[in-house]
Amino acid sequence: MALVLIVALPLAGWLVNGLAGGRLPRPLVSVIGCGTVGASFVASAVAARHLAVTSDALTATLFTWIAAGDFTVSAGLLMDRLSALMALVVTGVGFLIHVYSIGYMADDSAYSRYFAYLNLFVGSMLLLVLGGNLLVLFVGWELVGLCSYLLIGFWFDRERAANAGRKAFVVNRIGDAGFLLGILLLATTAGTLQFDRLADAAGAMAPGLLTAATLLLFVGATGKSAQLPLYVWLPDAMEGPTPVSALIHAATMVTAGVYMIARLHPLFLRAEFTLSVVAAVGAATAFFAATVALVEWDLKRVLAYSTISQLGYMFLAMGVLAMPAGIFHLTMHAFFKALLFLAAGSVMHATQGVVDMRRLGGLAGPLRWTALGFAIGALALAGIPPFAGFFSKDLILEHAYAAAQHGGSLALWLAGLLTAYVTAVYITRAAVLTFFPVAGRRDDHPHEAPASMGWPMAILALLSFGGGWVGAHAAGAPLLRVLDRFFAIEPSADTAPGAPLTAISVAVGVFGIITGLLLYRGRREVTLGALGAFLARQWHVDALYDAAIVTPAKRLARFAADVVETRGIDGAVNGIAGLVGQAGVAMRRLQTGYVRNYAAAILAGTILILSYWLWRGP
Amino acid sequence: MTVPISAYLALSALLFVLGITGVLLRRNALVVFMSIELMLNAVNLTFVAFARQLLAIEGQLAVFFVVLVAAVEVVVGLAIIIAIFRARDTVDIDDVDLLRG
Repeated sequence: MALVLIVALPLAGWLVNGLAGGRLPRPLVSVIGCGTVGASFVASAVAARHLAVTSDALTATLFTWIAAGDFTVSAGLLMDRLSALMALVVTGVGFLIHVYSIGYMADDSAYSRYFAYLNLFVGSMLLLVLGGNLLVLFVGWELVGLCSYLLIGFWFDRERAANAGRKAFVVNRIGDAGFLLGILLLATTAGTLQFDRLADAAGAMAPGLLTAATLLLFVGATGKSAQLPLYVWLPDAMEGPTPVSALIHAATMVTAGVYMIARLHPLFLRAEFTLSVVAAVGAATAFFAATVALVEWDLKRVLAYSTISQLGYMFLAMGVLAMPAGIFHLTMHAFFKALLFLAAGSVMHATQGVVDMRRLGGLAGPLRWTALGFAIGALALAGIPPFAGFFSKDLILEHAYAAAQHGGSLALWLAGLLTAYVTAVYITRAAVLTFFPVAGRRDDHPHEAPASMGWPMAILALLSFGGGWVGAHAAGAPLLRVLDRFFAIEPSADTAPGAPLTAISVAVGVFGIITGLLLYRGRREVTLGALGAFLARQWHVDALYDAAIVTPAKRLARFAADVVETRGIDGAVNGIAGLVGQAGVAMRRLQTGYVRNYAAAILAGTILILSYWLWRGP
Repeated sequence: MTVPISAYLALSALLFVLGITGVLLRRNALVVFMSIELMLNAVNLTFVAFARQLLAIEGQLAVFFVVLVAAVEVVVGLAIIIAIFRARDTVDIDDVDLLRG
């Protein structure tokens, strides 16, 4: 029952705010919006506490959804250790961002619509993580995609926002097509979509089919989690309100792909080829996105590319069988990336929406607390101990290195290490350009955000600062022990922290920050020459997409519109119409209007019929 | 002496052809109407002749129906003709050609 409540509460908030929100006073809308998510968090915590005691997964079956022969799918929910952690992250971070939104969206005219969408999102995301089978997960998967579309295009009167929403939707659909195919393949070959039964069914499947199914599912993950080659929608998604970027496009929704792989780990563990693809795509995306973040001028887009890059780390972790480390990083990333986005939102709030870092600067003075929060988030992202990101990122790199020792490729670890360096550089750059003193101009008077925006940032800063200890081996790593048991991967000796590796990754982070400070302190227009131009064009990926997909598609559409449509279809329709018209002109002469002509025709007809009978005989 | 059936049929055919000719050639709606009555009665004559020949009552029954329907038809038909006359001040059927294509 508690399970159903967790999902149903935000959805109830969505119904109330969506249907009646416009007529309710704003404080009540805020209370409904935040309260339902907060209550959902409490319910998740109660359920998670129950899990910690009994360790049996909680299940709830609402009704049988599909029953066709032997194949049945029920509308059921499942909460085990993994989904409990996800539910806590979604509702916890979600609640903080809801509270933040009260201040951030205070002046918006569509206040209740915003909270309705946000509540719908949280409910959908909870459905995704608590779904008891792949089909329920898919429903949540699609619903969060819808919410993403609605919230990116929240200010739909701005053309860029409307276009960005559409782009996100279309790109996600490409991934979703693969995901759906994967689900159907599993349904037909494994005969079940129930998570607890898929593990057994996977053992009986042909390796080729299993590889195909997992690859298709991974296509869906690249769409939802913005990995190469389907990452293109996430940077544009920054057109939405900043709390939305923090919640959906950094902390929760984009991690759905990582969660899906973790949830289906019994399948992926049996498909080695898929795992190597996942690891390679993750490492490549991590490095690629980090380099692009290096030259981006839009503060939010820097964070967007950073998110893509960090998601790449998570996929790398999944691919090298370090699933607990991946989920650990997912949780830590939710804290510090949400914090970074909220700090960026606070900057925008103070400067009336300026996100171009060339026009920012010197904000450390007036926005002291925001700057402090951003600094904590940046240090966590850069992987500086003892901040949250250090523990999780270091763990992933250790596992990547260990995988190389066991016959994997060392390139994965190197890419991860290089990315860690670039990450430290670009986040230092963003911090320097935004907050460090700038010569001259500062005539407007930025003001610190209201308390409703300050407190969520403070809590997230606290979590980004100290949250990493739940996975620190020095502190016994309670989270990792829980996850290790869930994934049934024994923590082998060689994955225990290797001091030299940790030293290397810390050194890389510190070195990156120093590089960033040296490169950007006091200078604003560092272009990095030809390399910078190359990176600014996103490695020409957009140009490649244009040449390979967009232009041929447009040409095909032109052909369909100009030739097939006008000559083929219109030609056929007009031809038939013309034929009928001609026949009508010819036939109208028969209609004289004289009664005697008709009578003569009847007579002639009668005579004809009679003579036929006479001729035929009796 | 009895009149042979062929004589009745010949008379009936003659009356029927007269009626057709009237319908096809005359222009006055009333005359056309009367010609139709003539055709109906030619058929009636055939019915009665065969009924007598075959000693069957059905033919005579059919005649009663025809007479009845003819009476009804007269009522409707004359009403239409009067309506046309009121509207267009003529009963010449060649002047009534609204259906010309």
